[in-house]
Amino acid sequence: MKARIRKLATFVEETRSEMGRAIEPPTRRAAAVAVIENPCAGKYVEDLSELMDIGEELGELLTERAVAALGIAPTTAESYGKAAAVGENGEIEHAAAILHPKLGTPVRRVLGKGAALIPSSKKRGGMGVALDIPLGHKDAAFVRSHFDGMEVRINDAPRANEIMVAVAVTDSGRPLARVGGLTKDKIKGEDGLR
Amino acid sequence: MPEVRVRKILTTVEEVFHEGGPPPSTPLRRAAALAVIHNPFAGRYVADIAGFMDDLKPLGLDMAKALITALGGTSRSIEGYGKGAIVGAAGELEHGALWHVPGGYAMREVLGGAKAIVASTKKVGGPGTRLDVPITHINASYVRSHFDAMEVGIADAPGADEMVLALVMTTGPRVHARVGGLQASEIKGEDGLR
Repeated sequence: MKARIRKLATFVEETRSEMGRAIEPPTRRAAAVAVIENPCAGKYVEDLSELMDIGEELGELLTERAVAALGIAPTTAESYGKAAAVGENGEIEHAAAILHPKLGTPVRRVLGKGAALIPSSKKRGGMGVALDIPLGHKDAAFVRSHFDGMEVRINDAPRANEIMVAVAVTDSGRPLARVGGLTKDKIKGEDGLR
Repeated sequence: MPEVRVRKILTTVEEVFHEGGPPPSTPLRRAAALAVIHNPFAGRYVADIAGFMDDLKPLGLDMAKALITALGGTSRSIEGYGKGAIVGAAGELEHGALWHVPGGYAMREVLGGAKAIVASTKKVGGPGTRLDVPITHINASYVRSHFDAMEVGIADAPGADEMVLALVMTTGPRVHARVGGLQASEIKGEDGLR
């Protein structure tokens, strides 16, 4: 592996009730996070292809971990998202290099499908920074019930020369979704949007 | 006593490969289970609360079993543990103390007679409050290599009338433990201390 991983973490959140109403079955979402060394920290590096390759590796590893944490068949995943936090000796472009060029293909391969854009966020920050991973339906970005976000943080990451990379996967939308819009049973699944 | 109303469960697993030093042959794994429950005593002083400890026992067992599953499925791999509670703003610290007995009982039960006292901490706080849950060896509190802590928290909990209850387990010593003291191999295992 090109990525030099210091730590892997998974988070599984299961919501059983909201505003006093039972959620049956509970909504569940998982995030898998890797804390890696940033090979480009502390200097300007023009060619970021090493980070792009790391993104490809982590796309597969983190998606597999998130799905395993949910304990579901990969093809039954409903929404996804990705995010990265770069330590203070890196640049925001390093997060972009990991997330955008190559990370998505293995995510979609693991899940079987994924016509929609994978929503993403990125930031630079210190240890314990909160990463809000945006979530959207994997086959149709306009499914309103699945617009969501999941906060993750690791108290000792990212160190100055590290990057924290996260992939989130769910088997459901928001707990009491009721603001209309496209619903998942109406997905056409042709263009990734509707 | 009141029923236990669970709003949300968060399970976190960390796999630590190294912290800048030589990676151990087996990575350290740490897991936390957090339950967000309604605080039945919020908003007023209730003198007689102790009966709620029995009500919490099934939840404790569920969480302890979930931790063992998250850490590989066998209680033999568990070497450290800890517990904690965060009480929402409309509750009192004493409500968090209700977790001592059921939380500790649950972990001993699933670990088959762990001898050491379960290290613990608690506080009153708002949503997103972080708690550093202390960790010690399950059979001998003085094992220095296993003194550890895991930071936990949930962005949207505890609400004012809620409590976050936490259990933590680990599979081994700190990843580069080297400050001497009692070793796990030297445990007598008679008094839970050494």
